Amino acid sequence: MRKQLAAGPYLLWMTGFIVIPLLLVLYYGLTNEAGAFTLENVLNITEPQRLAALGRSLKLSLICTGICLLLSYPLAMILKGMSKAGRSGLMIFIFILPMWMNALLRTMAWQVILNRNGLLNTLLSTLGLPTVNIINTNTAIVFGMVYNYLPFMVLPLYNVMVKINDDVIDAASDLGATWLQTFIHVLLPLSVPGIISGITMVFVPALTTFVISDILGGGMILLIGNVINQEFTFTANWNLGSGLSLILMIFILFSMFLIAKYDKEGNGTAI
Amino acid sequence: MKNICQKVYLAVIFIFLYVPIAALVVLSFNESKYMSSWGGFTLKWYENLLNSDIILSALQNTLIIALISAFTATVIGTAACLGINNMQKLPRTIVMGITNIPMLNADIVTGISLMLCFMAFGFTLSMQTVILAHITFNIPYVILSVMPRIKQLEPSIYEAALDLGASRPYAFVKIVLPDIMPGILSGFLLAFTMSLDDFIITHFTKGAGINTISTLVYSELRKGIKPNLYALSTIMFAAVLLLLIIMNLPKKQKS
Repeated sequence: MRKQLAAGPYLLWMTGFIVIPLLLVLYYGLTNEAGAFTLENVLNITEPQRLAALGRSLKLSLICTGICLLLSYPLAMILKGMSKAGRSGLMIFIFILPMWMNALLRTMAWQVILNRNGLLNTLLSTLGLPTVNIINTNTAIVFGMVYNYLPFMVLPLYNVMVKINDDVIDAASDLGATWLQTFIHVLLPLSVPGIISGITMVFVPALTTFVISDILGGGMILLIGNVINQEFTFTANWNLGSGLSLILMIFILFSMFLIAKYDKEGNGTAI
Repeated sequence: MKNICQKVYLAVIFIFLYVPIAALVVLSFNESKYMSSWGGFTLKWYENLLNSDIILSALQNTLIIALISAFTATVIGTAACLGINNMQKLPRTIVMGITNIPMLNADIVTGISLMLCFMAFGFTLSMQTVILAHITFNIPYVILSVMPRIKQLEPSIYEAALDLGASRPYAFVKIVLPDIMPGILSGFLLAFTMSLDDFIITHFTKGAGINTISTLVYSELRKGIKPNLYALSTIMFAAVLLLLIIMNLPKKQKS
């Protein structure tokens, strides 16, 4: 009994700074400025402009998640085949080093590269090739998203992949399975928990970002995160901002449900 | 053949990850203000950076917030692990479920929920509110790192120490703490990292006039890129690289 008391300070903290704040979002989202119950804030999402922002967010974050998965899976497989020292060294360069450098500065780097007079176009015109206009487009935002969130996909995949016993794979090929059959019937099913946590760890921040679209979209491309940010920082309409956040929470709750279902050991977030 | 493919693939990923950073490093030494032309080597952007009180105070704030929040989160989180581990199944599941929320929730929702909470209870947004917010999202990372260590603890050793006459605090310091120390350290490091890298939650919970590196870069970027930001990126990259090399040197010698 006495030992449980050690959790006391955290339980208070958790209630005050996790539970109550979320209940406040719920309260503000479902009331108007006078404090009366309304669904207006949540239903505001059906306005064409908001719906377009949500749709764009969903589209870009799905593309980003797909690219991250396609890039990371072979990477995790390569890391699995390496020596322990080699792969932990590589993980530092793939995961920790980019993470410790400020995310905004990393995103700024893409602005430098993709700008109209940026490095990519300078390189292209020096080579006599036609220049491209990527900055302030959806493509630029996807570049920024993949660059920022790729490590979050690599990590859970890597964690799951290194735990898969090599003997299982050897057994499959000993029993006559081709490489493709081994991949589809052994490796892929065993790595599902990592895939699921990777997807949610990339999808949620990509869906809700407003920074990347601000920096690489030139303030012209609005994602749902930008809309919510504007309601809080410029128009100071907390009720509307909270209402729109509740829409986001639906997607987040869904991904938390997926994680709980598939990732029982907590591979996704363990480092 | 397979080996070559793997190396090429790794190289492509590395180019993708590091070319943008390399671009910033090169541009930080560029005399010309324009990114498309090379105007000769200069250190003036570094000089400019070191003379900028705004950037230096933002750097200071970032480090203070990260240190205080990571330390506090480590203390509260480690104690919480000890307590949670001794709970019944149902309360433990509920507490761990709530602990997962800040990690899985979108930063923007965590940020506005904390802002609403601070405002509703009459806090003025300031550096203190940022620290409170950072402690909040750091604790789950500490719990995540420490909990597996606590689960691996052999309770009989602690009990043996008590039977042999050790007081509870003494047995805790001598038996339990050394065993869970690696978890505590990695929890602290993870919390520190998360705090350093955070922008969104700081953005919503900071008071006017207070900046961390992230929020400063954000407001600067809205006005356009200034070359001293390249210098800042280069210094941060070099510092991280140096730190990682130092941290990994002793390990390599051992093996």
